[in-house]
Amino acid sequence: MDWSQVPQLIWENAYLGIVPALLGLVIAVPLGIVCVRWKWFYPPVLTATSILYAIPSLALFIVLIPYTGLTDTTVVIPLTLFSLCVLVPNVVDGLRSVPEPVRQAATAMGFGTLRRLVQVELPVAVPIVIAGLRVAMVSSISLASVGQLIGVSSLGYLIVDGYQRDFLTEILVGGGLIIALALICDLLLVLVRRLLTPWRPRRSRQELPEVVAEPVPALAGGAQ
Amino acid sequence: MRFLSYAWDWLKEPAQWHGPGGIPIRILEQLYYTGLSLLIAALIAIPLGILIGHTGRGAALVVNLANAWRAIPTLGLLVLLAVTLGFSPLAWLIPLVVLGIPPILVNTYEGVAGVEPEFKDAARGMGMTSWQQVRKVEVPVAMPLIILGLRTGAIFVVATATIAAYIGLGGLGRYIIDGLATDNYGEVAGGAALVVLLALAVQVAFVGVRRLAVPAGLRQQARQT
Repeated sequence: MDWSQVPQLIWENAYLGIVPALLGLVIAVPLGIVCVRWKWFYPPVLTATSILYAIPSLALFIVLIPYTGLTDTTVVIPLTLFSLCVLVPNVVDGLRSVPEPVRQAATAMGFGTLRRLVQVELPVAVPIVIAGLRVAMVSSISLASVGQLIGVSSLGYLIVDGYQRDFLTEILVGGGLIIALALICDLLLVLVRRLLTPWRPRRSRQELPEVVAEPVPALAGGAQ
Repeated sequence: MRFLSYAWDWLKEPAQWHGPGGIPIRILEQLYYTGLSLLIAALIAIPLGILIGHTGRGAALVVNLANAWRAIPTLGLLVLLAVTLGFSPLAWLIPLVVLGIPPILVNTYEGVAGVEPEFKDAARGMGMTSWQQVRKVEVPVAMPLIILGLRTGAIFVVATATIAAYIGLGGLGRYIIDGLATDNYGEVAGGAALVVLLALAVQVAFVGVRRLAVPAGLRQQARQT
């Protein structure tokens, strides 16, 4: 098999996985802050994300083809939306996890609303937000390969090409590299979380990956 | 909305609605693949989740599985089995079941493990055996999360079944894959629109399942929080 194209494919797959997760984060943080501040805004957002999350990625790629063509954007937009669906509940849960005494202490020290948000509430929310970011990034890296079906290049190329040529090794290399890429990015995010939250104990139960609730509650009534 | 006009132009053709490759047959196929895979996944994942949640043994495994399985590339798994197993129903059934299991397992485990100790103590105090405890207390209390797991599993199974058209499976994904192969965007858009509608219908169906399966006492509680 032709190894010379592999670095390029890894790069493309990494781009299609990491960019949507980070874009999702950039949108989810302000959206989550708004949802925490104005509580009535959260249920409709949750319903919208749960509906969006149910749509298969391949169908969403196709919806976008008339607007963005067969480009990276056609894959990046749906994966960003999926990331958003995972991240918004985590940002909200993270901000809500700030203990009331901590909030009050910050206010008593003379912090205004904005400074309290940036210096106290968001840092406390970091572990839960990063747990969501890990899910978003791993999912995006793995789903990016589906874009190969509409011709957007990624490590999925090795899978599709291997299938067409009935070449098992190429399929295994493609799939293996996707899993490896996803796990490396996941590991990097764990390191980022450790750097951002040095106050957390290093070796403890909390070192286990945090289970992230699926963003599919209230579709029509019956909050979780 | 150019997408919708493409999809509509294709969908309104009567030719699309008849014959073995017609839309009604494709919808039934898709529901069959999804339903069968989800059923098998549930039969494996729910008892296992209850067992692990009840005994606490193997919990670390489940917690680690909770995120790691998302790294599995759907397309890769499908193609891998298609190449190794050839034209066997197992080639699509295995990936669909494998991708359906983790969300059901993790949510069932979370639900059962998260039952308040007071409930379990009360059940034991009333003289319930371990099996009665599981059946009458832990499973009903965990029901909202078990259903959430099934719903999430359904999302992944529907999506995977669509992609499985690439390895020759029927269902709505056929229109997408065939349309892409022949540069017929109308067919691709029509297929995608049907997939979206079907995925949403499955989710709505789960709202109904939830109403039926969650005990009345818990529904009340959920509304208050």
